[in-house]
Amino acid sequence: MSDAIIHEVTQSEYKYGFTTDIETDVIPVGLSEEVVRIISAKKNEPEWMLDFRLKAYRHWLTLKMPTWANLTIPEIDYQSISYFAAPRKNAPKSLDEVDPELLKTFDRLGIPLEEQKALSGIAVDAVMDSVSVKTTFKETLAEMGIIFCSFSEAVEHHPDLVQKYMATVVPYTDNFFAALNSAVFSDGSFVYIPKGVRCPMELSTYFRINAINTGQFERTLIVADDDSYVSYLEGCTAPQRDENQLHAAIVEIIAMKNANVKYSTVQNWYPGDKNGKGGIYNFVTKRGICKGDNSHISWTQVETGSAITWKYPSCVLQGDNSSAEFYSVAVTNNHQQADTGTKMIHLGKNTSSHILSKGISAGVSQNSYRGLVRIGAKAENARNFSQCDSLLLGDKCGAHTFPYMEVNNETAIVEHEATTSKISEDQIFYCNQRGISTEDAVGLIVNGYAKEVVDQLPMEFAVEAQKLLQITLEGSVG
Amino acid sequence: MLVIKDLHANIDGKEILKGLSLTVKPGEIHAIMGPNGSGKSTLSSVITGNPSFEVTHGSIDFNEKDLLELAPEERANEGIFLSFQYPVEIPGVSMVNFMRAAINEQRKYRNEPAVSATDFLRLMREKKELVEMDSKLTNRAVNEGFSGGEKKKNEIFQMAMLEPKLAILDETDSGLDIDALRIVANGVNKLKSPDNATILITHYQRLLDYITPDFVHVLYDGKIVKSGGKELALELESRGYDWIKQEVEA
Ligand SMILES: Nc1ncnc2c1ncn2[C@@H]1O[C@H](COP(=O)(O)OP(=O)(O)O)[C@@H](O)[C@H]1O
Ligand SMILES: [Mg+2]
Repeated sequence: MSDAIIHEVTQSEYKYGFTTDIETDVIPVGLSEEVVRIISAKKNEPEWMLDFRLKAYRHWLTLKMPTWANLTIPEIDYQSISYFAAPRKNAPKSLDEVDPELLKTFDRLGIPLEEQKALSGIAVDAVMDSVSVKTTFKETLAEMGIIFCSFSEAVEHHPDLVQKYMATVVPYTDNFFAALNSAVFSDGSFVYIPKGVRCPMELSTYFRINAINTGQFERTLIVADDDSYVSYLEGCTAPQRDENQLHAAIVEIIAMKNANVKYSTVQNWYPGDKNGKGGIYNFVTKRGICKGDNSHISWTQVETGSAITWKYPSCVLQGDNSSAEFYSVAVTNNHQQADTGTKMIHLGKNTSSHILSKGISAGVSQNSYRGLVRIGAKAENARNFSQCDSLLLGDKCGAHTFPYMEVNNETAIVEHEATTSKISEDQIFYCNQRGISTEDAVGLIVNGYAKEVVDQLPMEFAVEAQKLLQITLEGSVG
Repeated sequence: MLVIKDLHANIDGKEILKGLSLTVKPGEIHAIMGPNGSGKSTLSSVITGNPSFEVTHGSIDFNEKDLLELAPEERANEGIFLSFQYPVEIPGVSMVNFMRAAINEQRKYRNEPAVSATDFLRLMREKKELVEMDSKLTNRAVNEGFSGGEKKKNEIFQMAMLEPKLAILDETDSGLDIDALRIVANGVNKLKSPDNATILITHYQRLLDYITPDFVHVLYDGKIVKSGGKELALELESRGYDWIKQEVEA
């Protein structure tokens, strides 16, 4: 997402205090207490939020980047990164200046022109203003007591809720990237669904993406109170043309008694070029807690982008009879690396979880599934079923599966199945002989393979995801 | 329609076709017979552009177009269909999606609009009836878990859907019981028209009891060594291939 938009939004939203002075200040690259304070001040945050950031920052200083994932991560110099949402220097002024390859991709995804401009980082006020959909549906939601706003707005207008729930699922002590995010997060989304309310529409960052840019370090907090339902979509539909850029987000979900939360992601950050140059380093901590009895959380992710993906959307099944699902398709091509999976932590009685992971590897990419199923001592009658499939295109890529199980209650039933398959030349030729080009054949086969997961996505997302799968794998066979 | 001249083709550097010539005109049915390993499937692979095979010499023209210049999918969309000797399974790809993709590619190639959902389903129903194919099969993934006979029937079903100008049936009769054989033959006969041609690759005379060929060719060691009318098939049936070998080697 474009820094230019962040800049513009933040500039127009925060008119008070010394923020304007900061805008003109040159914030040095690198991370220090001072930078954390500046970020907080710029966002006009209350004291408690600054304290939280500082604690996270101080804790982060004591941590080292994790190395256990099956990833080759180039040295990241955290002191050479700008943690301040500075405007992009060479922001294009019109679509003529945007990489034609990028525009071609947009066209094929069917992204409207105005949207294209925003996604390419063209600073156009009209785009943001044109998202009138946003305001109208915000009113509908407000009438039902649903809060759906940027994280900054939530800090300002709903400090009680934020203080009550923030970092209760992913504490800043959780891991290196969680600590980093907690110290410097730029913005994000906040959702609160009150008791007994069924959110009548899919809540999507897609609507908000232009209006409030969430930047490199976003933070999402979703709270579904008793007997509520919400489906939340997080979409990054645009490839980015930046150098290696760090993206370290946190998503927390809290599902109270009988609540049901469905979280869907289509992630298509820029994966780098064919030779592995550039691309996003995506280190994301996503976790939900089924806090109340009979609660339910489902994660669905279609991961096609990023140079490096480190991401394990997880669930803590605390309430009795709670259940959780993880549906994932992760595609890697060229030099991409993905280490992704889930953790299902069963604590309550009669809890059940279902994991369906579909990895697709092409080029010289490496694709790992890493999953943990832990059954606590008190989790009577817990059930888990995990299915991990790998599909290989070509013979220079790698698929790896790392399933971990820790079963501390003998009433548990934990099952794991894994398959590996390959798209054969014979299959491709068979399709060719029926008039179907190799790329379309790969698209057909891959979409067939990923169908069970893609079917979990809301309709519009599913169509986009299908196209993405095919585009991502273009040129990987034949 | 199809003109093959002095065709030489290799696989893994080994020459399999060694100077094959064949001409097929619209409306004709040609049977190609020959012992195992003589190059019959290789011929069908080369005509359809299987990239595993390398053409080292000769030419293949199809309706005045140089076929060797076209990609496999272009040859298919020009109207060449191969009923594979060993059809592959494509898990996850439903027959419906597969056929719709194939039909629409063909239409795109001819600058025709994509087929509507209702027209497509009507076409599916019609052709399923023609080859007496169970709907259970068309609801499954392509060839997945199909029996040998079901796979062959599925090839004929696809042929019926795509209505090729030139159909090549590579041992479609092998492994079929007599009912299935009748259905397959029926399918071929119903699709026969003065504009279409068929090449039947077969080991056995029995398919030719149902489909009457205009020409019978014997392929041996990468070349067509003998051609005749349908009586040649009968002769091969009763005398085997040894006399041909002797004739060739003499
Ligand atoms: N994929 C392959 N790799 C190597 N040799 C092959 C391959 N396919 C066919 N051949 C060889 O080519 C020759 C002709 O095979 P084929 O065309 O299948 O014969 P037919 O269909 O007449 O039985 C045989 O000697 C066979 O072993
Ligand atoms: Mg053969």
